[in-house]
Amino acid sequence: MNAALKKSDTAIALAVPAVSAKVLTLAPKRAPVRERITSHASAIAARVIPPLIVIALTLIVWEMLCNRPGATLPPPSRVLKETWELIVDPFFDRGGIDKGLFWHLSASLQRVAFGYALAASVGVALGTLVGQSIWAMRGLDPIFQVLRTVPPLAWLPLSLAAFRDGQPSAIFVIFITAIWPVIINTAVGIRNIPQDYRNVAAVLRLNHFEFFYKIMVPAAAPYIFTGLRIGIGLSWLAIVAAEMLIGGVGIGFFIWDAWNSSHISEIILALIYVGIIGFVLDRIVAAVATIITRGTAAN
Amino acid sequence: MSAYLKIDHLSKSFRRGATQAEVLRDVTLAVERGEYVSIIGHSGCGKSTLLNIVAGLLPPTTGGVLLENREVNEPGPDRAVVFQNHSLLPWLTTYDNVAIAVNKVFGAKKSRTERHDWIMHNLDLVQMAHAKDKRPAEISGGMKQRVGLARALAMEPKVLLLDEPFGALDALTRAHLQDSVMAIHAKLGNTVLMITHDVDEAVLLSDRIVMMTNGPSAQIGEVLDVPLARPRKRLSLAADPTYLKCRQRVLEFLYERHRFVEAA
Repeated sequence: MNAALKKSDTAIALAVPAVSAKVLTLAPKRAPVRERITSHASAIAARVIPPLIVIALTLIVWEMLCNRPGATLPPPSRVLKETWELIVDPFFDRGGIDKGLFWHLSASLQRVAFGYALAASVGVALGTLVGQSIWAMRGLDPIFQVLRTVPPLAWLPLSLAAFRDGQPSAIFVIFITAIWPVIINTAVGIRNIPQDYRNVAAVLRLNHFEFFYKIMVPAAAPYIFTGLRIGIGLSWLAIVAAEMLIGGVGIGFFIWDAWNSSHISEIILALIYVGIIGFVLDRIVAAVATIITRGTAAN
Repeated sequence: MSAYLKIDHLSKSFRRGATQAEVLRDVTLAVERGEYVSIIGHSGCGKSTLLNIVAGLLPPTTGGVLLENREVNEPGPDRAVVFQNHSLLPWLTTYDNVAIAVNKVFGAKKSRTERHDWIMHNLDLVQMAHAKDKRPAEISGGMKQRVGLARALAMEPKVLLLDEPFGALDALTRAHLQDSVMAIHAKLGNTVLMITHDVDEAVLLSDRIVMMTNGPSAQIGEVLDVPLARPRKRLSLAADPTYLKCRQRVLEFLYERHRFVEAA
């Protein structure tokens, strides 16, 4: 077949017709090193320069607005000056809640890690059940649809009453926040497994276990990871609010504490950190998704 | 003596609420070992339903299917199906798509190296060994169908069921694949039951052509023997009187006696 021809899309094959059927294969010329470096650099610059310009403009406008007398918020120059100590030394620990930002952030991340891991495993399991069994769906789906609209913080008093401790309560709030998108997306993914794949499994006589990990999980993986990605975002949203209420070490309480001591600059620094970490968490889940689904789309 | 594969007084109705629609009525067909039988008919006449029942993917309403005198009522690798839309698993490579079948069917009987050789042997048979590490999204429609065929052949089925395997392909690719299927059939002597709506394809490939009447309540209208010697050559057959006569008979059946009246 012409498969060989099709395959060699990088090479150019020239066939001289009829008598002398000679095939010339020409390798594409590689551009000289210097040219490649410049083209590479300009590609990077095109990505990096626009956000840098926007950030610089924002800082200038902010500085101008907040540098006037009577401004309620500090300008960036003052934020930098006042929080310089926190920025350069995130690891200090003077006991109690007087710790560096690293410790606050790591306490928050730990809570999120526990709550999210729990939500991911329970969510995928429940989603599979709801996606597979029509009766489980009829029974559970209405309950899920109602419960998922309850705001995360509304669960906090109830979980404090149940656990009588801040730490498990915060973890529970993360869990209950992150679990709904995981359940719903997993269920949709399982329900959308094409009949063709089920037929293939039937012809091969795969048992339930084999069907689960050879067909169901890979087929639903793109959906499951959509749920997991929404879940991690919601977890990070919820933790800051929950920590403001439960107190102790954590970035949420750090912000609340800074507000109570009128350290507005510290709040701004914390917000920047929270934003960056939320972004990184989202990218980590997205990266895991591309590795596990091997880049295959949901078709 | 009874036949190798026997479809016995088979009827199929679909029920939806209070309405019941009969798709197939009293279909009886015997297929000998090594025979290549095509089922042809207008769309909506229940050919695919018939194939799915033979595959065990659908239960018959009455009647049944016998394979080597044993009733079959669930799917299994002894009746491997090549689906119309290839049905390869997109997250597996070509090799792994065949391997999933080989490991399941021969996992206990063959060693790891034997299984590997068997997978490669089947990919070779359909001329796809060169693309063993490609994923379905990276190969053409005809190639996907070849891999689907390799997966089915690798199960060493007693009956190979082809559900319009070339339906979604362009004419040139289709011709290539038909030649491959003929070569494989000649080499392995499989028993094949193929669904098609292409008259030339049916005549070229089959030993017998089963013509279905229009649905609902489709039946076997006529069975035509194709007495053409094998191996068959597409080009020389184009002017062969027997070929033309067979072709004429099928065309008459489809377009005169059982003309497709309404869109199904």
